[in-house]
Amino acid sequence: MESIEYFLLLSGAIFCAYRATVSKRILSSTLYLACISALTSVVIFMLGATQVAVMELSVGAGLVTVLMVYALSVVGEDALDPTSVIPKPLAMGLVGAVTILLGWMVYPAVQATIITGDIDLASVLWQSRVLDVWIQIVLIFSGVMGVLGLLSERDPVQIKEVSA
Amino acid sequence: MNFSALDIILIGIAGLLGVGFYGLLITRNLIKVVMMLQILIKAVVLALVFAGKVSGNLGLGQSTAATVIVADTIVAVVGLALAVQVRRRFGTLDVPKISTLKG
Repeated sequence: MESIEYFLLLSGAIFCAYRATVSKRILSSTLYLACISALTSVVIFMLGATQVAVMELSVGAGLVTVLMVYALSVVGEDALDPTSVIPKPLAMGLVGAVTILLGWMVYPAVQATIITGDIDLASVLWQSRVLDVWIQIVLIFSGVMGVLGLLSERDPVQIKEVSA
Repeated sequence: MNFSALDIILIGIAGLLGVGFYGLLITRNLIKVVMMLQILIKAVVLALVFAGKVSGNLGLGQSTAATVIVADTIVAVVGLALAVQVRRRFGTLDVPKISTLKG
């Protein structure tokens, strides 16, 4: 029964990813991306990583979608994807080869039974992975700077004229 | 052929990675490039949690996945800010056109 649930959720995520990739309208791609986030977070929740599932749902399906829609509203009619430079069959072949190679390398390592162990995220994060917390703080600061860049209304040409 | 839950999750991760790589290869729009990176990173987050579960150290898997989610969000924010500024400066989001422009 669990296998069927995983199968349905992950096939839905892959379908949404494919639709997001081939869709010409980028607004549709954004909505498909939010669906991928939601489905992935359900899978993560089912695997037992509840905190990460909540983070993925709120950040991936919420914040990033809002930012994308805002960016699309700023760029306006340019939000259409032109045709690809690389021929699609070549891209498909490359991706197929990479995926098969990855599966061939990873599959034997995963054929082990699931070991149940410590699942306390707080103790891992605050005791053995403190550096990650500091990196996250720095990244969030960079994100704030990025949001300021996104919301900036100044025209670069005007800035050049003022400095000259 | 009988697939276990582990096999299905592994195939799902590989599928998401494959679609993300494919999108990254064929897309030309700067905003869509950011989206394809998001798909790739979602597959990676899933893989990290899955690896934590399989190895019996889900706390470590969750911790690294949380860091990756934060980094992924910042990549999206900075990438979108860059796209908006590029659109204002050059008037296009087409990556091959941007790479041939000067200034």
